[in-house]
Amino acid sequence: MTNSWTDIGVSDCVLIMGSNAAENHPVAMKWILRAQDKGAKIISVDPRFTRTSAKADIYAPLRSGTDIAFLGGMIKYILDKDLIFKDYVVNYTNAAFIVNPKYDFKDGLFSGYNPDKRAYDKALWAIEKDEKGIPKKDPTLQHERCVYQLMKKHYTRYDLDTVSSITGTPKEDLIKVYEAVAATGKPDKACTMLYAMGWTQHTVGTQNIRAASMIQLLLGNIGVAGGGVQALRGESNVQGITDHAMLFHIIPGYNPAPRAVDVSLAKYNEKYTPKTADPQSVNWPQHRPKYIASYLKSMYGANATKDNEFGYQWLPKLDVGQDASFLFMFDEMLKGKFSGFICLGMNPACSMPNANQAREALSKLDWMVDIDIFENETSSFWKGPGMDPKKIKTEVFLLPASMYVEREGSISDSARTAQWRYKAINPPGDAKDDGQIVHELYMKVKALYEKEKGKFPDPIVKLKWDYAVGGKVDPHLVAKEINGYWLEDKTIGDKTYKKGTLVSAFPLLQADGSTSCGNWIYCASYTDDGNMMARRDKTPVATANIFPKWAWAWPVNRRILYNRASVDLQGNPWDPKRAVIKWDAVAKKWVGDVPDGPPPPLGLEGGKLPFIMKPDGVASIFGLGLGDGPFPEHYEPLECPIEKNPLSSQRINPTTALFKEYKFATCDPKFPFVATTYRVTEHWQTGLMTRYLSLQVEAEPQMFVELSEELAALRGIKNGEWVLVSSQRGKVEAVAIVTKRWKPFKIAGQTIHEIGLPWCYGWLIPKDGGESTNLLTPTIGDANTAIPEYKAFMVNVGKLPPKKAAPKGKGR
Amino acid sequence: MNVTRRDFMKISGVTVAGATLSQLGFDLTPVHAYATELRIKGAKEITSVCCYCSVGCGQIVHTSGGKIINLEGDPDQPTSEGALCAKGAGAFELVTNPQRLTKVMYRAPRSAKWEMKSWDWALNEIAKRIKKSRDKSFTEKNAKDEVVNRCNGIAGIGSAHINNEEGWLYQKLLRSLGLVYLEFEARL
Repeated sequence: MTNSWTDIGVSDCVLIMGSNAAENHPVAMKWILRAQDKGAKIISVDPRFTRTSAKADIYAPLRSGTDIAFLGGMIKYILDKDLIFKDYVVNYTNAAFIVNPKYDFKDGLFSGYNPDKRAYDKALWAIEKDEKGIPKKDPTLQHERCVYQLMKKHYTRYDLDTVSSITGTPKEDLIKVYEAVAATGKPDKACTMLYAMGWTQHTVGTQNIRAASMIQLLLGNIGVAGGGVQALRGESNVQGITDHAMLFHIIPGYNPAPRAVDVSLAKYNEKYTPKTADPQSVNWPQHRPKYIASYLKSMYGANATKDNEFGYQWLPKLDVGQDASFLFMFDEMLKGKFSGFICLGMNPACSMPNANQAREALSKLDWMVDIDIFENETSSFWKGPGMDPKKIKTEVFLLPASMYVEREGSISDSARTAQWRYKAINPPGDAKDDGQIVHELYMKVKALYEKEKGKFPDPIVKLKWDYAVGGKVDPHLVAKEINGYWLEDKTIGDKTYKKGTLVSAFPLLQADGSTSCGNWIYCASYTDDGNMMARRDKTPVATANIFPKWAWAWPVNRRILYNRASVDLQGNPWDPKRAVIKWDAVAKKWVGDVPDGPPPPLGLEGGKLPFIMKPDGVASIFGLGLGDGPFPEHYEPLECPIEKNPLSSQRINPTTALFKEYKFATCDPKFPFVATTYRVTEHWQTGLMTRYLSLQVEAEPQMFVELSEELAALRGIKNGEWVLVSSQRGKVEAVAIVTKRWKPFKIAGQTIHEIGLPWCYGWLIPKDGGESTNLLTPTIGDANTAIPEYKAFMVNVGKLPPKKAAPKGKGR
Repeated sequence: MNVTRRDFMKISGVTVAGATLSQLGFDLTPVHAYATELRIKGAKEITSVCCYCSVGCGQIVHTSGGKIINLEGDPDQPTSEGALCAKGAGAFELVTNPQRLTKVMYRAPRSAKWEMKSWDWALNEIAKRIKKSRDKSFTEKNAKDEVVNRCNGIAGIGSAHINNEEGWLYQKLLRSLGLVYLEFEARL
């Protein structure tokens, strides 16, 4: 989240889209409803009328997969009616930048498209620079090639009729939503946008969020309290583990994972360290070499020296263009490319799309290690439905892990806030802490390599690994390693930092090997003043409703990101009632939240531009970071109900990786209905941590499918009867819930039906609870992140074949 | 005078009546009498954060005699103010669940059942297999003759439920082995 959970309570307008916060982040509704009590407009845009919709002031339905059409229409509305926050847009975004004349957009494609590679040459989208290397600008926003005018031109096609025809949203509902959000373009009004998987799990997922970010920038809602683009993340520590980079494409702190062409540390630093010619731009990423060197020192300790590039060559390198994410990983696994697999606290047999194939892929492994608190569909795939154990060679080691209350450590919530947790009891039986298992495994592997040698042992035997006391991992030692140490005495200015002390903040990290730091964004979380993550002081910054003394947030305990954009050029808050930071002209410093850097406001001497992580210092309305275009454009989901994209000849995202051997069905009469997936409050993700609980299972006992009264009539389905839902890839049985919460959509003149299913069940437990909905979902992902398109695919639904008896579970 | 819920819970742990309590300004004898009947009397208390979604709601866990006897919301946590949703509120059944895995289990090739094993055996066998897979699949240079130093034969995934410190150790282990196929729930 750019902001926090609590400052939602001071917002004037909360757009909940791609999220069903009432059911999936229930306690967050506290802050949404408090805002509503104070007069805020709550808006729910969702294909289904959810419990969030029931609390909203405005509800608008939309067909799954059409968010960019919806949001593009909102951009057009804001521009047509000139409702932008002009001072903010001109000074703090790249709306005034001039784009080079080779940039173009025609019939669904931007210039520079290579159809064989399914990729763009982004050089054709470049911003024009002057002789000093500073972007050319037109602050009047009139130049025909300035970002503002190009954006206006791009969204001309997203008129109300077209948008309504694509999304199925009635025109009057579009206007209600657009009007309410656009009203927050005033300096003293703020809108916050809350989203979750409903925006990310699409082939255009990243661009969904880009569209929202653009709108928030046009309205001046980034960096302000009650504003922001807020990812409501799904797991207790998905944020933290993302930060620590259990992902193929990054190393801790969002630094790029090195590729084969990054042949040296110097070459890596040169490639990934952006430069700016603008003296008013802070360009914070210029410090990346300090974070890489410090990370390497935390990895290899004293073995990382200036002479061996701090151990850079010991890090594994990806090939250029290699994608090792889940869809590709399991595709490789199915082809027998892996002999071994370590699965810690995950259940891919139920969470991978096209789950039948994922389960089959597991059977190609020689061995698998599964570390978990319960037996699950992944650990036990070999005895699942359709599996013959006698034919499956995979050895499985199922290691019992401890639960969260059985060990100490920190987790980071969606608001980037790391909170320390304590240990209540020891784990039962032989169960061990996950960190302890990792430690003991490392020690055994290291011992083997020391004894028997083997392939390239250095990165293993020369790893710094001194976190155990008396054989038991001490999480405080690891937390300090993550924060970082001074490895030698160092004098900077008039201050001397002593060897062995903790680094107090990342501006002090060095590129010369004199500091170590496991993750630069967590530097300052555990200092010589103590464990900041364990703090319990509730003193708020009342105007922003944030709590900077409770626990610790990255970076450097800043609670609202980009907060330099919350003030005018003199450093006065756009809205004093909702101040986040304020420049004290007498004391010559900022007060309030931790500012996005100490330099003065832009309009004063020595002032700096607000978006310090961007080389140009301003936020990108025209975005060069994504692979599928500088502006979001509507494309249909891979499996969709209409033959043509009404907006262009490009039916689907032209840069999404296609898995040609996998089955898809689009406009196939065998699968005429749109399906989407979602969650219920009582269960969680694959259900592994709730399906073993009698209370949760009593409330939500089995698989169900929600469908409209109209579709039920069409198929002769009665409420409460077991039905079969099938896709090109698989079938699941589910209890039918016939409901008014779904209504058919009018799309391009046709009636399109959509249904929804939860995905929290699996064959293992409870008996007759049903199988995983992911048996139905397709192997395709977002063009930039490859997150699977779970949210829109095509199915059929009908009565169970007569020969088969219905399962014994009671319907409702 | 307002007694906050936290104070009330602290009081309920106090077994000495009278003088100390009256310092608080009013007669707590009836409150104290009630509190001594609470199941959390004398219990040890720790604070934690719910293990489900990422709102980060605070939880308080009470233990007595090495067992968890109570789990509830933490009223001091600024986001949740003591509230918990159905999952967090029902977490007592999670943390005391009898179907927890408590033993190391092993499934042999083509077997239809689990066998119980010791930690020592399992970790030794796993380490041997890691080394075997890594040595067999280790690639010093790719097809373009570029140095990659990676282990192609093993993939590692997980987990959004583990603590930051453990997660950092896990990525450290897997990267030291040369894995590039590393992923977890953020992308699923």
